[in-house]
Amino acid sequence: MPENCIYIARSSAIAARALAGEMMVMNSADSTFFTLNEVATTIFQAADGHTPLREIVRDRVCEQFDVDPEQAQADAEQFVAELSSHGILLVSNQPLAAETF
Amino acid sequence: MSLMSEVGQKAFNLGVPLAVHMDVTYRCNERCVHCYLDHDDHGEMTTAEIKDVLDQMAEAGVFFLTFSGGEVFMRRDFFEILEYARRLMFNVKIKTNAAMIHEEEARRIRELGVDTIQISVYSHRPEVHDAITKLPHSFERTIQAIRFLRQQGLRVTIANVLMRGNSSDHLAVQELAAELGVQYSLDPTITPMMDGDTSVLALRIPGEELTEVFHNPALVGNQEEFCAPPKPPSEEDLEGYSCSAGHSFCYISPYGDVFPCVQFPLPTGNIRQQKFLDIWSFSPQMNEVRSIQAKDLTVCSSCSHVSSCSRCPGLAYMEGSMRGPSTADCEKSFYRTGVPTANMLRQGLSKPRTTASLIQIRPVAIPA
Repeated sequence: MPENCIYIARSSAIAARALAGEMMVMNSADSTFFTLNEVATTIFQAADGHTPLREIVRDRVCEQFDVDPEQAQADAEQFVAELSSHGILLVSNQPLAAETF
Repeated sequence: MSLMSEVGQKAFNLGVPLAVHMDVTYRCNERCVHCYLDHDDHGEMTTAEIKDVLDQMAEAGVFFLTFSGGEVFMRRDFFEILEYARRLMFNVKIKTNAAMIHEEEARRIRELGVDTIQISVYSHRPEVHDAITKLPHSFERTIQAIRFLRQQGLRVTIANVLMRGNSSDHLAVQELAAELGVQYSLDPTITPMMDGDTSVLALRIPGEELTEVFHNPALVGNQEEFCAPPKPPSEEDLEGYSCSAGHSFCYISPYGDVFPCVQFPLPTGNIRQQKFLDIWSFSPQMNEVRSIQAKDLTVCSSCSHVSSCSRCPGLAYMEGSMRGPSTADCEKSFYRTGVPTANMLRQGLSKPRTTASLIQIRPVAIPA
């Protein structure tokens, strides 16, 4: 496993729903509200805590969208960092267990 | 336009039911003098039925979900329902009197990631609040619950229904909300009871008192803008729709009846007989509601207030026609601006009528 392996999971504090292919996401803790584009939605939906981000980008994003793999990985890491700073995604260098209520 | 408004408009344009208000029970531990509900259980949906509806709603695209009643905590399975809803990732708001919320319940509500809790408070004076709820010590219990919820960092809004018995208290309730660190909202709307009994309408505050409310910057923000005379409607205004009822919002009763709004008692179907999405998409009643544009309104299309009035199509329906005027909103437009409405002018009134007779939501009979 590469050292920079990143695992992502959705926080249990959020609300989310797809609207015409784009994901609406709201964090109830601070009422921050986002809409994610189709690529970001793909990453968000694949954030199961045990699939590495690199694998999500390779198998989902690059398969579904016409994107440069290196650029897609860089964009995905930036996106993950932003949503993580708002408590929407949990990030770890180890697999994450699903959050329970 | 804010991101939230953009999303709302997108859902409206696509006909997606973005928001649903679901009453899980009409039973209640309080007996508020102005309440329009019958508090008996006429066959509420079971836990399994509610979970099934929630599954269907998530599939249909519902994002904002309000649980209300009656009193939601009268259902012993309410936390089970709430947890299920949150697992489906709804943004959940709860409307409650909070009298049954203690530290443990407040902690659980926070764990479940509830967005907002709206709590009814009628006065800053315990004796006035308790006289309205008819539940001794309800003020004390409700305020204590608000403190528990705030200790958990939860967002709380005090909902202050204005009526004759508490009409002089709203400023003090607003101060109480500030002291508790919660939001405040005020509503002067009193509607008839489910059985059609209109006696509760006598509790409405006199129209003249609305003027004071509408000219209070602490309640309405920019008072000059809020109370400005109406601008002549544009063509775009006349192409517009009244509100989100039936377009991106609907109401589900504890018996599974689906209505365009909690204040719009037009039966459109029952989820014990049909799928939620089938009712939403194909109900002739729902489609009729969403077809009505401002230019189609029988009286209001010629009213100078048409672009700024809060006209509620549900209240208009209760008065007899969903395309007609809503007297309660005519009254608000008049006392807000001082400009008579077309509905008043056609009746030769210098002041609005205050007691239109209305019908109210009733359970829909399901054939055996």
